[in-house]
Amino acid sequence: MTDTTAYQGATATQHEPGFGDYVQLLKPRVMSLVVFTALVGLLVAPVHLHPVEAFSAILFIALGAGASGALNMWWDADIDAVMKRTARRPVPAGKVAGGEALGLGVALSGISVVMLWLATNWVAAALLAFTIFFYAVVYSMWLKRTTPQNIVIGGAAGAFPPMIGWVCATGSVSVEAVLMFALIFMWTPPHFWALALFMKEDYHTAGVPMLTVTHGRKATRVHILVYTLLLVPVALGAAVTSIGGPFTLAVAVVLNAWFVLGAVRIWRRDEPVAEADKYSVEKAFFRFSLLYLFLHFAAFLVELALKSAGIGGW
Amino acid sequence: MAFRPEHEIYKRRFSRNLGVGLALAAFVALVFALTVVKVKRGEPLEGYDHVVSSSLLPKEEAAP
Repeated sequence: MTDTTAYQGATATQHEPGFGDYVQLLKPRVMSLVVFTALVGLLVAPVHLHPVEAFSAILFIALGAGASGALNMWWDADIDAVMKRTARRPVPAGKVAGGEALGLGVALSGISVVMLWLATNWVAAALLAFTIFFYAVVYSMWLKRTTPQNIVIGGAAGAFPPMIGWVCATGSVSVEAVLMFALIFMWTPPHFWALALFMKEDYHTAGVPMLTVTHGRKATRVHILVYTLLLVPVALGAAVTSIGGPFTLAVAVVLNAWFVLGAVRIWRRDEPVAEADKYSVEKAFFRFSLLYLFLHFAAFLVELALKSAGIGGW
Repeated sequence: MAFRPEHEIYKRRFSRNLGVGLALAAFVALVFALTVVKVKRGEPLEGYDHVVSSSLLPKEEAAP
């Protein structure tokens, strides 16, 4: 390339992304959650991998999650462009061409699945492939624009990583892996519906049929409470399996009591009250939901450490 | 005669090339490390060629 081509103006520079733009396509914040939960799933499993295999497994699970993020950004560029929260993503911002996001997503999907297979086992690789398919096709292409249950069913994609981590180590699915999956699966709806309550204009403008748009805000508040209550037995159930113990159970009781209290407060409010204090309760619930999930999985790790010290577990 | 300052597009291109280069180097290193770990363990590579398969031997013979 010569200086002449480099100075052709906006069209030349528009699709000349830096490395950071490609990293943004992989949704690094979502990846960090995936890495953490997959790592916990892998570490608490009864079979231990060689450190190099464990590192590779986590890396390729994260890469698979990033690939599905890139595919999602390619498909949802039109929606992202009209939502304030997502308008600065690389594709709607014009930093990366849609086709490049698609290419990167497909390439990384293939690499991550094949490499996870080689590093661990085919069951884990198949689960990762299904997760990518579920997030990119079932959630992004199908559910997101057609049903208010998009978040409920689509939440499965984000729930698979700890199960994949577990399967990387053991080669099979067990009740502990299912409960870690269920914990994230049941947590996702109240987490995103709380966000939808205070980002209401975004989803409405984009025409995404979030529950707030299709069934109204009162119904969304009821749904948040119902799903939060359904989450309690799942969280307590995980704490009484082989990956839990008295410490995990105590943490689960406190976290769930606090979470239910927040959901009840959201349920008891109406729009004028929420608007008057700028959705402070909904925002606090959303922030706490992030902490809730992190502390739950951190508790599994602490229990593991306590077990190795001879004082944890059942 | 003054040189024209480097256009910002070159910085972006360099960051991309550097990032891709480092990622590829890390990938090669990881595949090498994985290969070493798997080969050292050995079980999946045990074949039916000119080597005695230790898993087929009676336990007393297989023991070192």
